[in-house]
Amino acid sequence: MPAHPPRTLFIPRPRPRLLPASSPLAPFTPRPPRPSSPPTPSRPLAHDAAEPPPPGGHLPSVATSRLLRTSRDAALRAPAITWNDEPDALRDEPGTHTARQTRKMNTYQAVRDAMAIALLKDDSALVFGEDVAFGGVFRCTMNLAEEFGRDRVFNTPLTEQGIAGFGIGLAAMGHTAIAEIQFSDYIYPAFDQLVNEAAKLRYRTGGAYNVGALTVRAPTMSVGHGGLYHSQSPEGFFLGAAGIKIVIPRSPLQAKGLLLASIRDPNPVIFLEPKILYRSAIEQVPTADFELPLGKAEVLLPGDALTLLSYGTPLYHCEAALSLLRTPPPALDALVPPSLRSAKIELIDLRTIMPWDLPTVLRSVAKTRRLVIVHEAGRSGGVGAEIASEVMNRLFLQLEAPVRRVTGWDTPVPLAFEKFYIPDAVRILDSVLETLQY
Amino acid sequence: MLASFRAASRPLARRAWLARSVQTTADSTRLASDTPESHSEPFKLTLHEDAFHGFKTDIPSLEVDVTKEMLLDLYYKMTAMRRMEMAADQLYKAKLIRGFCHLAIGQEAVSVGLESGITWDDLVITAYRCHPYAVLRGGSIKGVIAELLGRQDGMSHGKGGSMHIFTPRFFGGNGIVGAQVPVGAGIALAQKYSGHKKVTFALYGDGASNQGQVFESFNMAKLYNLPCVFVCENNKYGMGTSAERSSANTQYYTRGDYIPGLQVNGMDIIAVHQAVKWARERALNDEGPLVLEFVTYRYGGHSMSDPGTTYRTREEIQQMRSTQDPIRGLQRYLEEWGVATEDQLKDIDKKAREEVNEAVEEAKKSPEPEIKDLWTDIYYKGTEPPLMRGREREEIHYY
Repeated sequence: MPAHPPRTLFIPRPRPRLLPASSPLAPFTPRPPRPSSPPTPSRPLAHDAAEPPPPGGHLPSVATSRLLRTSRDAALRAPAITWNDEPDALRDEPGTHTARQTRKMNTYQAVRDAMAIALLKDDSALVFGEDVAFGGVFRCTMNLAEEFGRDRVFNTPLTEQGIAGFGIGLAAMGHTAIAEIQFSDYIYPAFDQLVNEAAKLRYRTGGAYNVGALTVRAPTMSVGHGGLYHSQSPEGFFLGAAGIKIVIPRSPLQAKGLLLASIRDPNPVIFLEPKILYRSAIEQVPTADFELPLGKAEVLLPGDALTLLSYGTPLYHCEAALSLLRTPPPALDALVPPSLRSAKIELIDLRTIMPWDLPTVLRSVAKTRRLVIVHEAGRSGGVGAEIASEVMNRLFLQLEAPVRRVTGWDTPVPLAFEKFYIPDAVRILDSVLETLQY
Repeated sequence: MLASFRAASRPLARRAWLARSVQTTADSTRLASDTPESHSEPFKLTLHEDAFHGFKTDIPSLEVDVTKEMLLDLYYKMTAMRRMEMAADQLYKAKLIRGFCHLAIGQEAVSVGLESGITWDDLVITAYRCHPYAVLRGGSIKGVIAELLGRQDGMSHGKGGSMHIFTPRFFGGNGIVGAQVPVGAGIALAQKYSGHKKVTFALYGDGASNQGQVFESFNMAKLYNLPCVFVCENNKYGMGTSAERSSANTQYYTRGDYIPGLQVNGMDIIAVHQAVKWARERALNDEGPLVLEFVTYRYGGHSMSDPGTTYRTREEIQQMRSTQDPIRGLQRYLEEWGVATEDQLKDIDKKAREEVNEAVEEAKKSPEPEIKDLWTDIYYKGTEPPLMRGREREEIHYY
């Protein structure tokens, strides 16, 4: 007889989805959390004033999102912001922001602003891509050619592999190369150049050469009607290419700060801009030259019951899901157990997808013991798979529930069903509830 | 009726002219003046009239100015490069070099000739057969051999190996067929943008010439009128497939379409030298890109695991070696023109052999890279992720 009973295969019990807690069929009640360190006092964001939803209830959309910093003061207090002041610029006393200005910008204006600063401050900087001299299909390069000359901001042919290779050559010569791939769906012809040349040049030259000055920008994620070739999220494909960084901003302020940091980072960076946020996300953005740190996730809403981890567009769906959790509309009212409505969910924006901020994620999950990852890209081999595996490896005994992933389906992005493809608020809510009740 | 017959026959005549292949013998250059006593005094040579074929361009002058000094230098370098490649061959067969190794034995006239026609400021990027370029562009034989052996003294500190050797004027070999060509175009743009009087030579083979990105690069280079010379080293075989079996048009110098081309006898180092000098001048005069095709031959297989005899006959290789060898060709010139005697050339051979042997011995003494170097040079120092996984389960390197 073996000392231990043989291990049985874990068979998950069939679980009803979104069942009312009062239903006699509902088999689970939330387990009290294991004794742990006292939850850190939740520090609401400066602009996150508690305010009940309007009568009838509406979901926060990107336009009304509280994740956006819509006041000057909130914008200037963005966490971990670093200022690159000109020597003669008006500078504030530490801790005050009396002299700094902000301007209302949407994401494409913020991206343009970042590139204008890069071009202005760095003579070697060049911006090129398909139609960028005309302003680009998303207007990210509006009037840059007029302002900085057509020698520095120029159109390339429709030649993605060539653009990437060309940018790598430029960057290897020490030039700041800011290349645009018109849609991230078109990045695949350039995949070889990015993975085999850009990512590996430093290593394979023993440090003699590098393309740290290369930044490849591309719009990513869905717009609701992009279909197969205009709504993809290719970030997961690059996860194995050590040597490059992948950055995805969530808002105008983030886009400007992270893009300037990416352009100046001494490693090649692929900067993927969620295209639906180009116009819909509007924030006060500091007009000065500033950067936000790469490789650092940002805790947007502190919590202790569950960690909700995402990046780019789905962050706003996460926000909507949390709103549904707190105050479910009548149609969902019976399906959201009242005891869970006050659960404090920690919302984290990963920001840098590679190398991702393992310490911040681990710190959060060690505290909340539950993790739900949300991204638009398909599930198989996605970013969520990598994070889930790493978290389960390191925090297996602390987890109260399996790490769940809410992602796009493993299909091409379907034109007619795009709204069903993306992880929307209800799917996120469902996963959050299931994980809380596990 | 006669008129229509003549009109119909015209394309035929044209095709016949195109079909006339470029000279590929290594010893068809003639002395055009007396050889001077002094080693530094120039004298004239005349290239064979079929040493060059032009496409949408005139060909360079067939009159070449050389000095005894220069010819002896070319001879020494070609001999040393062949010796180095042969040493790599032996080290590979002795299992001291592992992995990939592609040798350029037979193609010495192209690498040494290219180097002789450019200046230190010009830039070169190539793909697989990069060892001679790495040495000639500021590296060392020891650095190349040590890199192949995977040692610390290698030019990429043993982290690259064959195909991954760089110098400040040489953007390396490359393991991805054709990937170096758009990178070369980007380098040329940086030169043009910075206003440097320099030319980029982006090299590729007849095999890579069918890659899409080569054509993407042609287009961009012509569009932006870049000082970029695309150099096709046509050694007749892309891995195990002959040019005729892989390319619908084997006249690689014509494949730039709107970019002028020049086909060159790549077995005669004098022709290579003249063509490179001319191409460089042309690019510096803002005449835009050029496709320069060197018709050459690779004696060995594609890589060390390819005997090189399954897709061509031993007789073919033997014939190329005995009649068109670039080193023997130059040797014959030197003797015929009274530049050096057989004994003097033997001394040069001996010196080259000794230099390579010494370099090999020194390279062998170099230690292997340290374990910590597995994780260095992935990201810029100080910007790495907090940790990276290592070779074994649970081996994790914390930065």
